[in-house]
Amino acid sequence: MHDLIIIGSGPAGFTAAIYAARANLKPVVLASSVAMGGDLMTTTEVENFPGFPEGVQGPDLMFAMQQQAERFGADVRMVDATDLELEGDIKRVHVGDEVLEARAVIYATGSEYRKLGVEGEQRLSGHGVSWCATCDGFFFKQKQLVVVGGGDSAMEEATFLTKFADHVTIVHRSETFRASAAMLERAEQDPKISFLTNATLDEILGTEINGTEQVTGVVLRDTVSGETRTMPVDGVFVAIGSDPRTHLIHGKLELTADGTIAVDGRSSRTSVEGVFAAGDVIDPTYRQAVTAAASGTVAALDAQHHLAAHPAPALDEA
Amino acid sequence: MKEVTTASFEQDVLNADKPVLVDFWAAWCGPCRAVSPILEQIDGETDKLDVVKVNVDQEPDLAMRYNITSIPAMKVFQGGQVVKELIGARPKPAMEQELAAFL
Repeated sequence: MHDLIIIGSGPAGFTAAIYAARANLKPVVLASSVAMGGDLMTTTEVENFPGFPEGVQGPDLMFAMQQQAERFGADVRMVDATDLELEGDIKRVHVGDEVLEARAVIYATGSEYRKLGVEGEQRLSGHGVSWCATCDGFFFKQKQLVVVGGGDSAMEEATFLTKFADHVTIVHRSETFRASAAMLERAEQDPKISFLTNATLDEILGTEINGTEQVTGVVLRDTVSGETRTMPVDGVFVAIGSDPRTHLIHGKLELTADGTIAVDGRSSRTSVEGVFAAGDVIDPTYRQAVTAAASGTVAALDAQHHLAAHPAPALDEA
Repeated sequence: MKEVTTASFEQDVLNADKPVLVDFWAAWCGPCRAVSPILEQIDGETDKLDVVKVNVDQEPDLAMRYNITSIPAMKVFQGGQVVKELIGARPKPAMEQELAAFL
């Protein structure tokens, strides 16, 4: 039996692990088999994490957090939670056929990229439709690209893609941008980037090239005039935000109207005693690496308090 | 896992006796690093399928020939033809399920 299992390995999960490990709770971190480190693993330069005046590479920051947690005794495992039994004093976390038990759980699974939900998106995913510029930008040397979205991630993707592409068009459904002034300005000043506002992407078109269908164009709609037109492009990068990753806890923890996990006030306490939540999965608003890390701290302290107030039952004489 | 190059691709992949899974990868690709140990395990657990990798930085011709636009991209070749394609990292059980016909 463990004291604490932390599910998730982004800034929230690892910061919770650092605090919990320093409090001697020997947390087990289920870091995911393929997404260890969370969303920052697919970003490049992180310029707004305090303490790094020259910026830091997203993956470097996450490996550093992992090492920091492990230094204090966190047990980081590259596995995926597959089912949860959260009611009662003993929480059971299934990892495939294995069942781990703990007296407290911190749920910090972050968010997942939102899809456009248009014709062609699914079919051409991996064939010119991408959610990760740093993963796939390389394959679009001297190509024409579209980035869909108006937030920081859209600006970052577009700016990154100009390293490879000849031209990037940012398609955004309104005239105003959620992106920060600094990110927006950088994109606006980039000669390889142009903006198409009040426009939605209605369909992604593909043509068979060398035996596989590849993206060859998009259908765009002007949201003011309603007019549609086709634009030839080689790739579409989708950056329209993300939704909390809650599929494992549906029906087990209360959610808010935003789809995030409901927590009690400023704490990390969920609707089930002994289960805490942190990071993007509880945050519909800010969703920054720093706010996620802070949220992980809150969860670790809440879990520590809960464990102290509910001491482990005496072990049976063996 | 064996590294395959443009020069050795015909012999190692196209003319192989058994199915070959080719993992198109790059050092700068985070999800590729996550998927690599999983493929390594699968390679060690079966004799029916060979698993090899192609570094897209070093072998851009192969990446272009097989229309790679997203990595990790895993393609299973049988008799010189692509018979199965997986794009993106996924946990081992999901991988095994999709590759069941070859394991």
